[in-house]
Amino acid sequence: MKPLFVTGSSPALRLTVALLLSLTLIFVDSRYRHLDFVRSTLSVAFYPIHYLAALPPRLARAVDGRLASEADLRERNSLLERENLELKSLMQTHQALQAENRRLRDLLGSSFKLRDRVMVAELLEVDLDPYRQQVLVDKGASSGIFVGQPVLDANAVMGQVIRTSPLTATVLLITDAAHSLPVQVNRNGLRTVASGSGLINRLTLLHLAKNADVRVGDLLVTSGLGGVFPPGYPVARITEVRDDPGSHFASVIAQPTARLDRSHEVLLVWTLPALSRAGELDERPLDAAPPAGMDTSR
Amino acid sequence: MTASERRGTALILASFGLGLLLTLLPLPHWAAEYRPQWVTLVLIFWVLSVPRRVGVFAAFAAGLVLDVVTGTVLGQHALTLSVVGFLAVELRQRILPFPAWQQALSVWVLLLVERLLSLWILGATGQPTPSLDYWVPTVIGMLLWPWLLASLESLRERFGPA
Repeated sequence: MKPLFVTGSSPALRLTVALLLSLTLIFVDSRYRHLDFVRSTLSVAFYPIHYLAALPPRLARAVDGRLASEADLRERNSLLERENLELKSLMQTHQALQAENRRLRDLLGSSFKLRDRVMVAELLEVDLDPYRQQVLVDKGASSGIFVGQPVLDANAVMGQVIRTSPLTATVLLITDAAHSLPVQVNRNGLRTVASGSGLINRLTLLHLAKNADVRVGDLLVTSGLGGVFPPGYPVARITEVRDDPGSHFASVIAQPTARLDRSHEVLLVWTLPALSRAGELDERPLDAAPPAGMDTSR
Repeated sequence: MTASERRGTALILASFGLGLLLTLLPLPHWAAEYRPQWVTLVLIFWVLSVPRRVGVFAAFAAGLVLDVVTGTVLGQHALTLSVVGFLAVELRQRILPFPAWQQALSVWVLLLVERLLSLWILGATGQPTPSLDYWVPTVIGMLLWPWLLASLESLRERFGPA
């Protein structure tokens, strides 16, 4: 027999409890890291949903691969062969240069920088919150992925790992509004900070003096100063330098060179201890949050 | 718990699962911003039809799951959906007597409330303010309401909780 009147606590009381709980969650989750455990446990439980949602595009690509015409395949094959040839010829000089570099470094007595170890991971093609620049990859803590790990695609830096669960990892892209990374202009070594804008194709360079030597088309590479990203990887190209009379600094806009919204595969990088401080810097992603004084632009 | 109640629970869970799936399903980049608030719509439907089973706490749980799978700040959707659940419980008697297309207007208001609260939380946690397109999904959700109502209602009559 069902009760005639609704029993139990009133909706208003329940709402109060729910509000208090969720406000606490929001506060703790946005300030501290105590809830990462809860999130990673729950996200393992809901992995099937992510997997299911990513299935249609994966199937579509598989079917597309089966249905490719012979002419297409031939064309692709010849394109790849040509690219391979070019890369091989580059590689020849590269090896000679590397040997020379090692000799010179030996002469100088400085330690030789080992090559970074990488792992290829595939993106789980699911749409996360459209107002944060995050992607999900199909490798997690069980493959040795750690929080703060740099993520690259074939062309450039994409972002860094901010959360791991045993099976997946969440990557914060360099264009997220909460992300900043130290870069330098490749042409002249000028150091600055590239801060995300929340738009997928836009980075802003902070605190560049109005007479700073930057031009449209300059390549920005990681400077390695934050201790998270290894130095020397391309990040973005400057697309706009504007002198805004109202502000103290030049406003400089850059476009990421990584294909942030189109890559299917990403590279996860382990920087080997050439960065001698790597061990102690693993713990906190310095780049993830700009220092307190840098928030003025937003 | 009788067999029909158990089947009802299964239907409720399945519909929320479908809502989550539709939320995550990859869309072309230009369309991603216009994705309707599926989970909110499903929640409103169940609160309106079986408030005894799906209420504020169920809304809170659904929101928490949504936060985990979409990577938002933990508690963001939990808060917004709890409020929507509460409003739906309170306004139930004033929404239900009307035909579907008039209900859609009330549902639109609920969807707007959800969006507005989300906006506040985005602002409070230091996210950038989104463009005006941010409000488009509420309109799409409103237009979807009569169809959603008809399909979920027919499912409920066949399998669902009384």
